[in-house]
Amino acid sequence: MTIANYLVLAAVLFTIGAVGVLVRRNAIVVFMCVELMLNSVNLTLVTFARSTGTLDGQLIAFFVMVVAAAEVVVGLAIIMSIYRTRRSASVDDANLLKY
Amino acid sequence: MSETLPATGLLAASWLLIALPLAGAAVLLLGGRRTDRWGHLLGTGTVVAAFVLGLACTVQLAGVDGRSVDVDLFTFIQTGSLDVGAGLLFDPLSAVFVLLITGVGALIHVYSIGYMAHDPARRRFFAYLDLFVAAMLLLVLGNSYVALYVGWEGVGLASYLLIAFWYTRPAAATAAKKAFVMNRVGDVGLALAVFVMFAQLGTTSYAGVLGNVGLLAGGTVTALGLLLLLGACGKSGQFPLQAWLPDAMEGPTPVSALIHAATMVTAGVYLIARSAPIFDASPSARTVVLVVGAITLMIGAIAGCAQDDIKKVLAYSTVSQIGYMFLAVGLGPVGYVAGLAHLLTHGFFKAGLFLGAGSVMHGMGDQTDMRRYGGLAGKMKTTFVTFGLGYLALIGFPLLSGYWTKDAIIEAAFDRGGVSGWLLGGVAVLGAGLTAFYMTRLMLLTFFGRPRWDDGVHPHESPGVMTVPMVVLAVGSVAAGFLLVEVFPLADWLAPVFGEPAEAAAHAIPPLLVSVLVSLVVLLGAVVAWLFVGRREVPVTAPARVSPVVRAARHAIYADAVNESLLMRPGMWLTRALVFVDNRGVDGVVNGTAAALGGSSSRLGRAQTGFVRSYALGMLGGAVLVAGALVAVTAG
Amino acid sequence: MSALAAAADTGVQLGTGEAVAFWILAPIAVLGALGMVFSRNAVHSALFLVNTMLALGIFYVVQEAPFLGAVQIIVYTGAIMILFLFVLMLVGRDTSDSVVETLRGQRVAAIVLGVGFAGLVGAGIARATEGTVVRGLDAVQGGSGDAADGNIEAIARLLFTRYLLAFEVTSALLITAAVGAMILAHTEREPGSRQSQKELSRARFLTADHPQTLPGPGVYARANSIAAPGRLPDGTPSVASFSTGIEPQDVDELPPASLGAERAGIPHRGGTDAALGTLDGTGSSREGDPS
Repeated sequence: MTIANYLVLAAVLFTIGAVGVLVRRNAIVVFMCVELMLNSVNLTLVTFARSTGTLDGQLIAFFVMVVAAAEVVVGLAIIMSIYRTRRSASVDDANLLKY
Repeated sequence: MSETLPATGLLAASWLLIALPLAGAAVLLLGGRRTDRWGHLLGTGTVVAAFVLGLACTVQLAGVDGRSVDVDLFTFIQTGSLDVGAGLLFDPLSAVFVLLITGVGALIHVYSIGYMAHDPARRRFFAYLDLFVAAMLLLVLGNSYVALYVGWEGVGLASYLLIAFWYTRPAAATAAKKAFVMNRVGDVGLALAVFVMFAQLGTTSYAGVLGNVGLLAGGTVTALGLLLLLGACGKSGQFPLQAWLPDAMEGPTPVSALIHAATMVTAGVYLIARSAPIFDASPSARTVVLVVGAITLMIGAIAGCAQDDIKKVLAYSTVSQIGYMFLAVGLGPVGYVAGLAHLLTHGFFKAGLFLGAGSVMHGMGDQTDMRRYGGLAGKMKTTFVTFGLGYLALIGFPLLSGYWTKDAIIEAAFDRGGVSGWLLGGVAVLGAGLTAFYMTRLMLLTFFGRPRWDDGVHPHESPGVMTVPMVVLAVGSVAAGFLLVEVFPLADWLAPVFGEPAEAAAHAIPPLLVSVLVSLVVLLGAVVAWLFVGRREVPVTAPARVSPVVRAARHAIYADAVNESLLMRPGMWLTRALVFVDNRGVDGVVNGTAAALGGSSSRLGRAQTGFVRSYALGMLGGAVLVAGALVAVTAG
Repeated sequence: MSALAAAADTGVQLGTGEAVAFWILAPIAVLGALGMVFSRNAVHSALFLVNTMLALGIFYVVQEAPFLGAVQIIVYTGAIMILFLFVLMLVGRDTSDSVVETLRGQRVAAIVLGVGFAGLVGAGIARATEGTVVRGLDAVQGGSGDAADGNIEAIARLLFTRYLLAFEVTSALLITAAVGAMILAHTEREPGSRQSQKELSRARFLTADHPQTLPGPGVYARANSIAAPGRLPDGTPSVASFSTGIEPQDVDELPPASLGAERAGIPHRGGTDAALGTLDGTGSSREGDPS
C-alpha cells in the first residue's frame, strides 16, 4: 500500500470520466462525467499534498471545488436554455457550428 | 547662401501668411451655403491680410543682418535617420515671391468679385483660389524640398480644381485632366529629385542640400539638375510639357491670370533659381535649361501668332515669356536676377492682360474668338487703355516694364559669347519680334477695325470692382521694370541669395546697340502685323487654305499630335499588354494559390462535424500522445 | 521547520487500516463511476456519481484532509448533485438514453484511447512515485510539533495569506457565475405581453361557447360520486359534466331535501337545490325528484 494506489485510482476514475464524456449523449450525464474527472484530480491533489507534507495541494483542491461549483451553475443554466430552444438535452443535436 | 538666422518678431509669425488663406479656404469649403453671402469677402480679406503681413515681414527682413531668417514650426516626419522638419525660410527670394503672389492675388481676388458675381458657385471659386494662394505661399516659403513639394502638389490640385471649375463643360473637364496628367509627369521628376537628395545627402532642407552640393559626384548633380528641370518644365509649361497650359484657359479668366500667367507657372523658375548651387555645379544641366528655354520661347511665340482665341494667344505668350525666364536662369549667375525681374514684371503685365481679356469677354458675352471682336477701343475705354499699356509693356516698348527686363535677358544671352551666345541672342531677339507681331495682331483684331460682333452683343465697360485692379496692374506694368532695375535694384535685394551682382566686364555687344536692335525688331514685328491684319478686312471665320507654316502654328507645332503618337499610343499598348499579363500571369498565380488553399481547407473543414464529442475525442487523443511522450522521455 | 525536516527523514508509513479502507472503497468508487457511465437512466447516473463522490470524500478524510472531506460531502454530494437532480427533473423528459452510437467509431476509439491513457498515466505514476517518502501532514497540521493547529486552521491560515488574491478572485468568479446563470436561465417576456385578468376573461367570453367553467361531476347532485352527473339549474342532468372516463350510472343519492337546513330553521333564500326549478325560489312548492 503506497500513495501510488491513490494515484492510480485517480487515473482510472479520470479515464472513466473521459470515456463517459465521449460516449454519452445526454448533456447532463456528460456534465456529471466532467465532475468525476475534476474529482479524480482533487484526489490526486490531496494525495500529493500528503506526500509532500504541505497544504498547498489541499488548497488547490479547494479552489477546484469552488470553480467546479461555478462551472456547474453556468453549465446547467446553458443546458436549460439549450433545452428550452431545442427541446433536447443531447449534445449531438447542438451541432450548428460546423463546416 | 548667406547665414540664416532664427526668426524674431513679426517674421516668427510668417506662418500666418500660409495659415490665413488656408483658414479662409477651410471656412468656405466646410461652411457650405451658409457662407455664400459673404464668402467672397472673406476670401479676398484673407489674401489682402496676407499681403499686408507679407509687406510688413519684407520691411522687417530688410533690416535683418544677412536678410535670411528661418522659422522652425514643427517636426514633420521623423523616422530612423530621416528627419524632416516643417519650417519656413524667409529670405529675399521668397519675399519677392510672397509679395508677387499676395499682391497680384489680392488684386485678382477683388477683380473676381465682379467677374464671378453672377456665378452660383462663387463661394467655391474663392475657396479654391484661397487654397491656391496658401499652397503657392507654402511652395515659396518652405525651407526644404519636401515642403516645396507639398506646396507644389497643392498648387497642382488647386490648378486642377480651378481649370475644371465649370466641370459640366467637357472641354474644361478634359483640359483639367490634361493639365493634371502632364503636371504629374513633371512631379515625378521632382519627387525623384527629392528621393535622390534623401539617398545621397540624407536631408532635403535647402541649407543641407545646397550647402553640400560639393560632396556629390558630378553625375549625381547633373541627374539632380535634370530631374528638377523636369519638375520645373511640368509646372511651368515648358518644352516638352507645354501642351497643357493653353488648354488650361478653359478655367475662369481670373484663374488664368493668377495661376496660369502670374504665379504658379513661374514656380519652375523659382525652383531653378532656388536650386542655383546645383545648376552652378553642373554646366550640362544648365545647358539643357538653356535649350529648353530657347525652344519653348520659339514654340510659344510661333503658336501665338496663329491663334484666334484671345486667351490662347495670351497663354502661348505666357509659355514664350516663361521660356525667356528659363533662358535667363539657364545663363547662370548673370541671368538669375534678370530672369526673376522679368518674372515679376511679367506677373504684372500678363495678369493685367488676362484681366483685360476677361473684361472684354465679360462685355462680349463670353465670346473668345478675336475674329468676332473689333472696334472695341471706343466702347471699353478703361479696358482699352489698361490693356494697351500691358501690351506695350509686353512687347518691350522703351522705358516700360518689358523693355527693362527683357532687354536684360537678351543682353545676357549675347554676353554668353561664342556661337551659342549669338544663337541664343538671335533666338531671343527673334522671339521679341514675334511677340510684337502676335500681340499687335491681338490688339488690332480686338480693339480696332470694323466691329464684327455677333448679333445681340452689346459691348459695355466692366464695373469698377473689375477695372480698378486692371488700372493698378497697368500702373505696375508701366513702372515695375523701371522701379526694379533703377530705383530699388532687384540685384541688390537678391544679393544675399545669388551673390553680389558682377560688374559687367565686357559686353559682346554694347547694351545701347542691343536696345536699339530689339526696338527695331519689335517695330518690324508690329508693322508686319499691321500689314497682315490692320490694313485689310478680317474674315469672321479663319481661312482654311493657309500655308503649312500657319497650319503648324495653329496646331501649336503639332504638340498634341506628337504627344499622342509618341507617348499616348505606346502607353496604351503597354497598358494593354500589362493588363493581359496581369490577368493571365499574376492573377493566375494568385487565383491558383487561392483555389488550392480553398480546396484543401474545405476538405479539412469536413473535420468540423459540429459534434462536440468528436472534438473531445481529439482532445483525448492529444492527451494520450502527450502522456506517451512523457513516459517515453522519462523511460528513455 | 524543524518538524518538517524531521518528518522528511522518517516519513509516514501507510498503515494497514488505511489499506483496508482503500481496498473496500476503491472498488466502490470505480463501480460507481462505471455505473454512472453505463446506466441508461440519468437519475441512476446521478446516484452512482453520488456514491463515487462519497467514497472520495472518505478518501480525503483518510488522507488527513478532513475539511476537504466535509466540503466534498456537503457541497459536492449535497448541493451540486442536488442541483444536477433538479435540472434532471426539469429537463429529463427523455429519461433513458438510446444506446445506439450515432458517430461512427466513436465508442471504440473512446475506449481504446481511454485504456491507453489509463495505462500510460498509471505506468508513469508507478515509475514516478517509486520509492517516494510520504512526509505526512503532521508538521503543518494537528499532531505534535510547533504547528498545533488543526486542519481547518492551517487551511484558513494559508487561504487568507498566501492564497488571498486567488480567494478574492474566486469570489468574484462565483458572483459572476451566479449572475450569468440568472441571465442564461431567465426568459425575457416582452414588456406588455403579459395579459391581465380582464383581457383573459374577455378572450374567454369572446371565443369559447361555454364561458364559465364546466360543471364538475356531481354539482347540484345529491351524491358525491364522480359518476353522478351534475345538474342544470332546472334540475336536468348536464351532459357537459360527465366525466370522460366513467360511464354515468345511477348512484345512491341523498334524501331529496336540504333537511339539515330546514331542521335548523334557516329559511330558504335560494341557492339550495331544494329551491331550484321553482319560480318563487323558496322551495315551498318543491316538485318531485327530477331524475
